[in-house]
Amino acid sequence: MATASEPKVDARTGTPTTGHEWDGIAELNTPLPRWWLWTFYACIIWSIGYWVVYPTWPGITGFTEGLFNWNSRSAVVEDLNELQTIRAPGAAKLAAANIGDIEKNPELLTIATATGKAAFANNCAPCHGSGAQGAKGYPNLNDDDWLWGGTLADIQQTLTHGIRWDADKDTRAGDMPAFGATGMLKADEIANVAQYVRSLSGLPNETGADLAKGKDVFAANCAACHGDAGKGNAELGAPNLTDKIWLYGSDTASIVNRINVGGGGKMPAWGGRLDPTTIKALTVFVHSLGGGK
Amino acid sequence: MGFQIDGMQAGENISPAILVSEAAGAGDSPLYAARRQIYPQKVSGTFRRIKWTLLVLTLGIYYALPFLRWDRGPGEPSQAVLVDIEHSRFYFFFIEIWPQEVYYLTGLMILAALGLFLMNALAGRVWCGYLCPQTVWTDLYLMIERLAEGDRRERMRKDAGPWTAQRIAEKTIKHSLWLALAWWTGGAWVLYFNDAPTLVRQLATFQAPAIAYIWIGILTFTTYTLAGFMREQVCLYMCPWPRIQAALTDENALNVTYRYDRGEPRMSAKKSRALRARRETAGDCVDCNQCVSVCPTGVDIREGANMGCIQCGLCIDACDNVMRKIGRPERLIAYDTDVNIKRRLEGKANIFQPVRTRTVLYMVLIVAIGGLMAVKFATRADASLAVIHDRNPLFVTLSNGGIRNAYTVRFANMAARTRHFTLAVQGLPGSKIELVGETTGEQASESLVMGADQTREARLLVFSGEARLDSNSTPLVFVVTDEAGKIIASTKDFFRSP
Repeated sequence: MATASEPKVDARTGTPTTGHEWDGIAELNTPLPRWWLWTFYACIIWSIGYWVVYPTWPGITGFTEGLFNWNSRSAVVEDLNELQTIRAPGAAKLAAANIGDIEKNPELLTIATATGKAAFANNCAPCHGSGAQGAKGYPNLNDDDWLWGGTLADIQQTLTHGIRWDADKDTRAGDMPAFGATGMLKADEIANVAQYVRSLSGLPNETGADLAKGKDVFAANCAACHGDAGKGNAELGAPNLTDKIWLYGSDTASIVNRINVGGGGKMPAWGGRLDPTTIKALTVFVHSLGGGK
Repeated sequence: MGFQIDGMQAGENISPAILVSEAAGAGDSPLYAARRQIYPQKVSGTFRRIKWTLLVLTLGIYYALPFLRWDRGPGEPSQAVLVDIEHSRFYFFFIEIWPQEVYYLTGLMILAALGLFLMNALAGRVWCGYLCPQTVWTDLYLMIERLAEGDRRERMRKDAGPWTAQRIAEKTIKHSLWLALAWWTGGAWVLYFNDAPTLVRQLATFQAPAIAYIWIGILTFTTYTLAGFMREQVCLYMCPWPRIQAALTDENALNVTYRYDRGEPRMSAKKSRALRARRETAGDCVDCNQCVSVCPTGVDIREGANMGCIQCGLCIDACDNVMRKIGRPERLIAYDTDVNIKRRLEGKANIFQPVRTRTVLYMVLIVAIGGLMAVKFATRADASLAVIHDRNPLFVTLSNGGIRNAYTVRFANMAARTRHFTLAVQGLPGSKIELVGETTGEQASESLVMGADQTREARLLVFSGEARLDSNSTPLVFVVTDEAGKIIASTKDFFRSP
């Protein structure tokens, strides 16, 4: 244990001790240089400078704002402005470029995908997912199946005006009727046509329904939008029923449900919210994900 | 002045100052020690010449190296040694280091550390005494101080005396020269980070970037403060190296040593001559204190191995000069070991063992690491390929039922010429690839033109095509070949499927 006694000189080293002892081990007094002490005081005085130039002392209704008038909010605004300045030349190039040429120019493609990726994460990811992988009812943007067309022009149109977005008069429109809910089709007709639809993409008949009757129902009710062969129609947002991609699922129950309730998903029109250059960048980004036509 | 007390080994002395403090009561010892001003005296001799030579050599390299040119072809910097922060490249003559090759720097640091260990095991603090920037710049500053204000005694007298016009003039000259030198030190530093001739022109016309002036300012301040004022305080209180060396050294390492077997007991030259005439024991040390006067850190080497001693050897020169005058052999202070002193006291011959376990180990490590680096450097690739699989989604099912995986790929052409890279994927027979933006459509391989000294990031799509997918994860090898079909880079990843 520690004991304090009169300081003495350590015989072995000739150095004075501080008089502190721990279990017989004495502490030698090796004094710090005085300049070190002055440096310490200088640091304290320097720290007073912070009180003067930065916000420091809380008051009843506010705080001392400091000579620099610094606050974290204005610092962020400054950083964002600086970022805009840095990005301005790239954005200008993007704005001037013809959308069809961007993917052919590595520099423009880099700017567009970087801008588009950030804009996608901020605006699109809540529905389409961080990797644009989609979910049930929200299309996967990586694949090659497009409800409303997968060319650059189609994607730009969809982004700008949205889908079934009533506030925009140029929005993509096309509703599937609620065949079951409105009584347009009876339950057995729906059961037959559901299995027929599955057969279009080679899926097996799960319920033993009459596919021939289903085909008749399809021709009378569905072919107007989905086409005689079920290949779909991008003008109306009618999906291709012959491929392997199912927005709402390929199981019988999901298909029956779609025929019953009809309708379709909505997407906001981004034209008023994002500037044209950002939409251009988003278009290229989505197109470059791998499914672009 | 040296005392031997019971229980102490030969050669260990207690300085009178400590005995006095004991007498006065150790309780009076202060918490903070006042700085004792050191006035190193001018000295000439072998070690002083070695120090001047090394000073000219090291400072010459430091100040002149940025101006050395090295032709790397058009569009490449022509400075032999350049740290190009803006373009993330380090140039050293024929070597060009990319950021991802920073391990070469790590290797150099390890070699430098081992080099220091080896120096220390062979001849003590060679680094501290001759090569450390603190030593070199302090030496230069001391020379300026002597030129402006005179040698040790003169400076001591002037500092003790009143301020006169002459003294003010001398101090002004000294500090002006110090500041000019400090500014030049900072100025040379920034030249390593930009094209030197261009930057010199910009600096002279005040058009250099602000960061250059800031760094010159910082280095002017540190050089002026550390070499002009802090001096030995840096070695004693700031630098960790003296402490590390104390732990690294052993009794066989050569150190600047006072040969007390020859020097003690100290006495005047006249008395020792008389004693020797009567064939009685006499010491060679005449206690002239020259070794202390010339010491840049103010230690008394006769007290034995000492933390404050940077082992510059100037006390050897000072003592040799005295020994020559009194007609005694030189090297009363010399590079020697405690082992030899004890052997001589026992009447045995000197031994010197440079080949010891630790020196052999250091050498082996230096050769091994140096060799490894050389081999790695000689065989390093001049192209690279990095592949990152998309995290989300891992795979995409296409309308025809096929599976597609996407990757972010980065190509680097580290050669100084434009090349054609061809990328192919192995491990999935029948699969096709597409490099977004480079070509459209699926194909067996993708070609792209890579400019000299360039990297490019791109999105790569791999389609399963007619490939059979037996498991949900198939290993792939991505291979880049050059015009001649030679594989210049490759990396592995996986193809994921449901």
